[in-house]
Amino acid sequence: MPYGPHAAGDRERMLEVLGIPDVEALFDDIPEALRASRLDLPEPQPELELAARLQALAARNRTDLASFLGAGVYRHWTPPAVDQLLLRGEWYTAYTPYQPEISQGTLQSIYEYESLIGELMDLDVVSASHYDGAAATAEAALMTCRATRRERVLVSRAVHPHYRQTVAAYFGGGLEVEEIPLVSDGESAGTTDLAALERLLADSERPVAGVLAGQPNFFGLLEPMAEIGRLAHAAGALFVAVVEPVSLAVLAPPGSYGADIAAGEGQPLGIAPQYGGPYLGLLASTDALVRQIPGRLVGMTTDVDGRRAFVMTLRAREQDIRRDKAASNICTNQALLALAASIYVATLGPHGLRDVAALGAVRAAELEHALAAVGAPRLHPGPYLNEFAVRVPGARQVHRRLLDRGVLAGLALADIEPDDETLADALLVCATEVTTSDEIAAFAAALDDILAGRPPVGVEAGAGAERPTAGAVSGR
Amino acid sequence: MVPTDLRYTKDHEWIRLDGDEATVGITEYAAGQLGDIVFVELPDAGRKLGQHATFGVVESVKAVSDLFAPVSGEVLATNDALTGSPELVNGEPYGGGWMIRIRLEDPGQTDDLLDAAAYDALIAEG
Repeated sequence: MPYGPHAAGDRERMLEVLGIPDVEALFDDIPEALRASRLDLPEPQPELELAARLQALAARNRTDLASFLGAGVYRHWTPPAVDQLLLRGEWYTAYTPYQPEISQGTLQSIYEYESLIGELMDLDVVSASHYDGAAATAEAALMTCRATRRERVLVSRAVHPHYRQTVAAYFGGGLEVEEIPLVSDGESAGTTDLAALERLLADSERPVAGVLAGQPNFFGLLEPMAEIGRLAHAAGALFVAVVEPVSLAVLAPPGSYGADIAAGEGQPLGIAPQYGGPYLGLLASTDALVRQIPGRLVGMTTDVDGRRAFVMTLRAREQDIRRDKAASNICTNQALLALAASIYVATLGPHGLRDVAALGAVRAAELEHALAAVGAPRLHPGPYLNEFAVRVPGARQVHRRLLDRGVLAGLALADIEPDDETLADALLVCATEVTTSDEIAAFAAALDDILAGRPPVGVEAGAGAERPTAGAVSGR
Repeated sequence: MVPTDLRYTKDHEWIRLDGDEATVGITEYAAGQLGDIVFVELPDAGRKLGQHATFGVVESVKAVSDLFAPVSGEVLATNDALTGSPELVNGEPYGGGWMIRIRLEDPGQTDDLLDAAAYDALIAEG
């Protein structure tokens, strides 16, 4: 088959063979209301002009900022070997390979991925990846309903807001999702309220299928995971840990504190932060739930000649065989990004990954002290790893003004949780091993200036309020 | 000829009636069509089943099928041996490969079931 688009003549011949007037007729079986609305796209442009336009758009990205933004996506140093190996053509397949006789390399790479993530999670089974952390978390919530034949899940309010929205969307078809409130003050402020969880679990009329909590949670705080798991299990519910994979090099893994399922965003494992993805959804479970876990599983076996071989396994759970009763409608995976994660983890090794997590924690502690010294103390008192919230009066305005001074001051929590008054004056900031002491000092100095009402260096006193915007500075 | 002391469904379950209780499994023909059975998912004891309701799942290396209750009733027991040895369904479909015991809710429903001759005729049709 030639490489090239179908010409008008090709299309007409195909329509004639099919005996239909136009392509639209192929979609007649789908009710009008369910069809994708027409895309509002501009007219085609010549390649040269299009490239120039895209370059101009890309140039609007601020790559000059000292970034303290995490909130679910984290910057890390990726050894060049990761991207270099990904460029090999062997990895670029159109689809998940079904035929083991021609796909041993890809199948082995998925098997290695599942083995590495299984070790990080301390769980038995890992599926071959999902679209992102939010999708994996929603799939985990659905697993608990299938496994327990119950229809209600409880999600801690300190699970990432986007993940909670995705769970709610997946549960729109009749399953019930409720939020577990957080402790509002004291030593445990910002973590899941265990007493409230116990009350929610006690409703015997509406038994709970699963309890979801994040570690670290959205505010960077460490949750009492073993205790949450114990309460869930005592009520006959399953326990889902939503985790950040790099942290697992230094924090207890989900399997060790009794999690039945772990889900999380795999981006920190060698995948660059990119707006809108693609990312990598991690999903793992105990052996007891192997028939409930959605997505591809690859197993190791021996072929007829007794040689080691890799195959798709437990295929009978999947939708091409089980149709509407399948474990999920997931029939694809992020194989290339899963491979990136495997190469990253294998290149760093267990000690390297521990260094990455530990260095991030050291930098974050440095950041905490620097910000506290200029009047931005932590919002919550509990332990954290490498991300935490700080109290800054007028956080949203301060965040914008810091951009003008070359600092991306994390996330203004009011932007993502506008209804929570306790978060109105708070920035969520993080540090990783790529954060430098110079960047931390620059952040603290700029914040100090803003809080003290001093204009930025190079701007005459009195002209401070008329600072140019980022767009005007770049001149585009 | 299939065992004459059992009754059958068009979905290839067999049922052995014993007063107001009964034992249910799948036929040798069904097991043969599925191939090597690797997993059987069964309900918890105490679950109430309606006639024709799905009570479990049988999974072979090449397919997965739902299991349908031949009659209404309450699940009294399930065959725990199938957890570790699902191949019993292939090897002893009418014996060690049994799946659930149920207490009949409506003995009249057994009139709808096929006898051995009728089931033989059904599988002869393919």
